[in-house]
Amino acid sequence: MAKKLRILIAKPGLDGHDRGAKVVARALRDAGFEVIYTGLHQTPEMIAEAAIQEDVDAVGLSILSGAHMTLFPEVMRLLKEKGGGDILVFGGGIIPQEDMEQLYRMGCGKLFGPGTPTEEIVDYLKAKFPDRV
Amino acid sequence: MAQDDVEKIREEKERWESCVDKGDPNRFLTVSGLPIDIIYTPADIKELNYLQDLGFPGEYPFTRGVRRNMYRGRLWTMRQFSGFGTARQTNARYKFLLAHGETGLSVAFDFPTLYGRDSDDPMARGEVGKCGVAISSLEDMETLFEGIPLGEVSTSMTINGPAAVLWAFYIVAAEKQGVPSEKLRGTIQNDILKEYIAQKSWLFPPEPSLRIITDIMAFGAERVPKWNTISISGYHIREAGSTAVQELAFTLKDGMTYVEAGIKAGLDVDSFAPRLSFFFNSHLDFFEEIAKFRAARRIWAREMRETFKAKKPESWLLRFHTQTAGCTLTAQQPENNIVRTAFQALAAVLGGTQSLHTNSMDETWALPTEKAVLIALRTQQIIAEETGVVNVIDPLGGSYYVEHLTNEMERQAYEYFEKIDALGGMVKAIEHGFPQREIAEAAYRYQKAVDEKIRTVVGVNKYVLEGEKLEIPILKIEPEVEKEQCERLARLRQRRDNARVQRTLKDLKDACAGKDNVMHAILEAVRAYATLGEICGAMKEIFGTYKEPPMF
Repeated sequence: MAKKLRILIAKPGLDGHDRGAKVVARALRDAGFEVIYTGLHQTPEMIAEAAIQEDVDAVGLSILSGAHMTLFPEVMRLLKEKGGGDILVFGGGIIPQEDMEQLYRMGCGKLFGPGTPTEEIVDYLKAKFPDRV
Repeated sequence: MAQDDVEKIREEKERWESCVDKGDPNRFLTVSGLPIDIIYTPADIKELNYLQDLGFPGEYPFTRGVRRNMYRGRLWTMRQFSGFGTARQTNARYKFLLAHGETGLSVAFDFPTLYGRDSDDPMARGEVGKCGVAISSLEDMETLFEGIPLGEVSTSMTINGPAAVLWAFYIVAAEKQGVPSEKLRGTIQNDILKEYIAQKSWLFPPEPSLRIITDIMAFGAERVPKWNTISISGYHIREAGSTAVQELAFTLKDGMTYVEAGIKAGLDVDSFAPRLSFFFNSHLDFFEEIAKFRAARRIWAREMRETFKAKKPESWLLRFHTQTAGCTLTAQQPENNIVRTAFQALAAVLGGTQSLHTNSMDETWALPTEKAVLIALRTQQIIAEETGVVNVIDPLGGSYYVEHLTNEMERQAYEYFEKIDALGGMVKAIEHGFPQREIAEAAYRYQKAVDEKIRTVVGVNKYVLEGEKLEIPILKIEPEVEKEQCERLARLRQRRDNARVQRTLKDLKDACAGKDNVMHAILEAVRAYATLGEICGAMKEIFGTYKEPPMF
């Protein structure tokens, strides 16, 4: 039997805007994925460790504070360093187009901006992990 | 109206309805999901007693407004929430806004400041100056208000966990300008309960937080009598996804909790209640918002007079600031946000606000550019000086619909008060995660309705422009801000009398552990140029920290 897709939704840094993270976590769970939510105020170290410990397939970072150019690369770097380089990092928040493109070049997964239907995120993850349910 | 007439109207309405196609009732809801009838008549407000429930502006129960002559006497304060980058950059923005007719200042702090952390704290990396201005010390506060006479402007500061410290920065910055604290006018948000509920920038656990708040109220009553020591805020609750009723109910219940805490600490309710102010969101559903503002005033007046036995009429007044709803703005076709904001601002004015912030069109993308914020300010000036809506007080009072909705808001708020009381009060309800869950639930319902296109968001799920490119300029905060700010702090730490800093921090810890008002010790530490992070760190040693259980 195929394994369920496991996703960690994380809020790095001091950003307290958690409406989007919670809505996405809930939508992914309703879509049948296993979802773990870190809660607020996580350091990149805490997120990378949780991702490895929980053996997740993907980490979704929610950042609305403008700190994305610091926090996305740091989480990706730490995942690689800790042996979780195969874990997909994707995310959402307020991220200008040019920053998105720079993050994509660094190997970041899809970044979803404001106004994204939750279904689009579900479809993206299903397409990325076709052998999972 | 005579009972017979009302009965006749009800019968006539039934007759009329029998030949009307009202459409699918699930489609005609307020933004908050309240079902709405197709028409309202005197039969819907037959219990309404004009003198008891509405009365006259400036008189109990203040449903129609808190001032006798409302905007004929004085317009609302046009106060744009503003702050970005360094204190110097923001100082220039304040001068720009004041020069263009803004009548009050409102400081937006960055995340590290909101959490009581210095710009050089490891947790602050990447966030310095991004969502607001970075203020780590008295020195930064002095720069922020350089050339702005603090005895003449009123300043609102959106600060909660470390409110006592930022307020002390402000008081001492004014001292240095030669302005005594008695002359200062302004507001600190200082509403910690809604931090646990929605905004999430807390420092300490609820109990010590409430103690600091009562210390602030007592200090303010004595030394800064024109200052609003708490701005009890529904704004962030609404932004987190609540309904209008939840915003109303949780905010007023938070307010009552502060009043109880003040009374329990031995303060006379009339000594601090007149300095409590409120802060609401103005969302898209025009009439629902107006009804919410009216209901808020009536509930607060009644609770203050009847439940808390306040005797001064000033204690019964619910004065409020409004901000238009950031969460309704769209990243797509951002110019449309100007229109959304104008309707929301109009609702706030018709609802009798004392002060208003209008969002700028570019705020889903970044902090606003000068051009965008100027249009937002002009929107208020057009409402105030061109539309004529300021001529008559509460012009929607007496509308069958608005009066019915006002009653309905009130009734449903009381249902929430009962639920919260059953959980043992607001602090316990928060510890149970009750308001947090209610809000998350409402936010999810709303998102589903948007996803399923039951609810239209123009430019997002309808009237979409394919291949849209962003055509408005966006303000960018350069990473140099963080570097500059860290260097400035390092120089400060070298220059100041560090032995004096240590002494004042020790005294502060003693005050926290004992019963003395913490404000005095905080002011001393601030005068010694102890930083925000150092002061909050000392307080955390005594009070501990708070961690929220993650749930979704």
